[in-house]
Amino acid sequence: MAEEKLQMVPTRDGFGKGLLELGAQNKNVVVLSADLTDSTRAIWFKKQFPDRFFGLGVAEQDMIGTAAGLALCGKIPFACTFGVFASGRAWDQIRISVAYMNLNVKIAGTHGGISVGPDGATHQAIEEVALMRILPNMTVIVPCDAVEAKRATIEAASIKGPVYLRLGRSGVPVITKEDTPFKVGKANLLREGKDLTIIACGQLVYDSMLACDLLAKEGISARLINLHTPKPIDREAIIKAAQETGAIVTVEEHTILGGLGSAVAEVVVQSNPVPMKMIGIKDRFGVSGEPEELFKYFGLTPSDIVNAAKEVVSRKK
Amino acid sequence: MNRPDILELKKKAIEIRKDILKMLMIAGSGHTGGSLSAVDILVALYYYKLKLDPAKPSWKERDRFLLSKGHGCPALYAVLADKGYFPKEKLWTLRKFGSQLQGHPQIGLAGVEISSGSLGQGLSIANGIALAGRLDKLDSRVYCLMGDGETNEGQVWEAVMTAAHYKLDSVCAIIDFNGLQIDGFCCEVMDMGPYLHKWKDFGWNAIETDGHDIEKMILSLDEAEKAKGKPTVIVAHTIKGKGVSFIENKVEWHGIAPKKEEYEKAIEELDGELSKLTK
Repeated sequence: MAEEKLQMVPTRDGFGKGLLELGAQNKNVVVLSADLTDSTRAIWFKKQFPDRFFGLGVAEQDMIGTAAGLALCGKIPFACTFGVFASGRAWDQIRISVAYMNLNVKIAGTHGGISVGPDGATHQAIEEVALMRILPNMTVIVPCDAVEAKRATIEAASIKGPVYLRLGRSGVPVITKEDTPFKVGKANLLREGKDLTIIACGQLVYDSMLACDLLAKEGISARLINLHTPKPIDREAIIKAAQETGAIVTVEEHTILGGLGSAVAEVVVQSNPVPMKMIGIKDRFGVSGEPEELFKYFGLTPSDIVNAAKEVVSRKK
Repeated sequence: MNRPDILELKKKAIEIRKDILKMLMIAGSGHTGGSLSAVDILVALYYYKLKLDPAKPSWKERDRFLLSKGHGCPALYAVLADKGYFPKEKLWTLRKFGSQLQGHPQIGLAGVEISSGSLGQGLSIANGIALAGRLDKLDSRVYCLMGDGETNEGQVWEAVMTAAHYKLDSVCAIIDFNGLQIDGFCCEVMDMGPYLHKWKDFGWNAIETDGHDIEKMILSLDEAEKAKGKPTVIVAHTIKGKGVSFIENKVEWHGIAPKKEEYEKAIEELDGELSKLTK
């Protein structure tokens, strides 16, 4: 893949465009924001549809509850803030006022992951997939690029029930197209391969592609799956990967505790155990720095993925 | 709205209290004190104020009642059964495996508008309902009943700000101000200071009343509806465990149910009150 030709767009921009499209299509779509209206791109919707936008101030718990009330009356609310606050600050509100009632509330957590950069640990959400996927009724989507983010946003509105969208701040390469297959809960096979499978989500799907190229040069054939929906998880694709390639590396910009890697492992150990390695943040908080530096520091680069791939291949019987 | 027969409502409240005690006695657990304190408030709402049709629980233009203090659900269940939302026999399944009458309310049971039990969440939901009603140009009101202890929760005050900011005059918060919470007297557990002033300072129309005087409750509910441009709170002064002498104002009766002998003694007291009203 020719790196320099790829457009760099943040997934939050894709989300903002998705909201605009939804707003025009469906008058029941409403947007709520907890004082981060510009950063989350909810501002685009606000400008276009001011009557259907509600600012709640710095009050995430109230935002989620207000969204629940709107959903009880047939609205399709999108509640927007940074991922740390969306998933953590308002967790009990999401648990009781949203998930327990299985309400049609969509939660958009932007600024997910360490790619937030200099703001540091308090603002780097690295736990959302874990926090959200353990809630019954919840769907969790981690788009890999802005195009996928836009489509995930639009599809989220047609899912009955709560959805969490994990979105990022920084520009990431656009690697999918409008016609790339995208279905919530259905993993996307990006590369065929026979020696191992790399299962990734979010912006590290691109780095996993680079890793596949590096591995190919060394004669290792890696299958690559974009598992954009950690929940409901595509069990079939994972079991097939375990059976056919015999080794798995998971890649996520998230703690390895409870995230995509754990979700994949839960499927693998209960069906067809194979050697696995999880690339992610290893039980620690983030730090300030430029995204590039941080990916290196936390071991989330293509060469880290390559090393993990070689290790699992060597562990195959 | 026609003036209701207050005497009939008073009798109704006693019947509801008897149902609550029976439910709790059979269940063997549950929240007696906070259920009994809320009864007269619920009677004023369900037998006078609320625009409802029990035959059509999801009628779009209905008023909504949200029991944010979810632990008081025996009172709500007893009222809903009496209103015909579901057969009265269901009441005796409270808290049992397989029952829709969960220990704390869950939507799915006709008439229950929200799942609740984790305190402090109802008022935000009420605001959302009011905003949706404004978008849909509905002439409906939303009532949210909270405990006084419940308003320790920070989310309540976030929602208080939101309702005032958006001038949600279709929102009416009601505080079942019984002065007790699990750990003891509210003023000792967490003194909230001049309570009514807090709401006023946040931009609310604030009314104080006797939450066991059904006539006064009714007047307060009517007054709340007249207030335009701001939400209303009715701080209803109540007695935890109201109606049963040995339960009234006793902190230990927050989260326990009457045993058979206690139940019988309580029913005797309530029947005594009922016969006084019937004479």
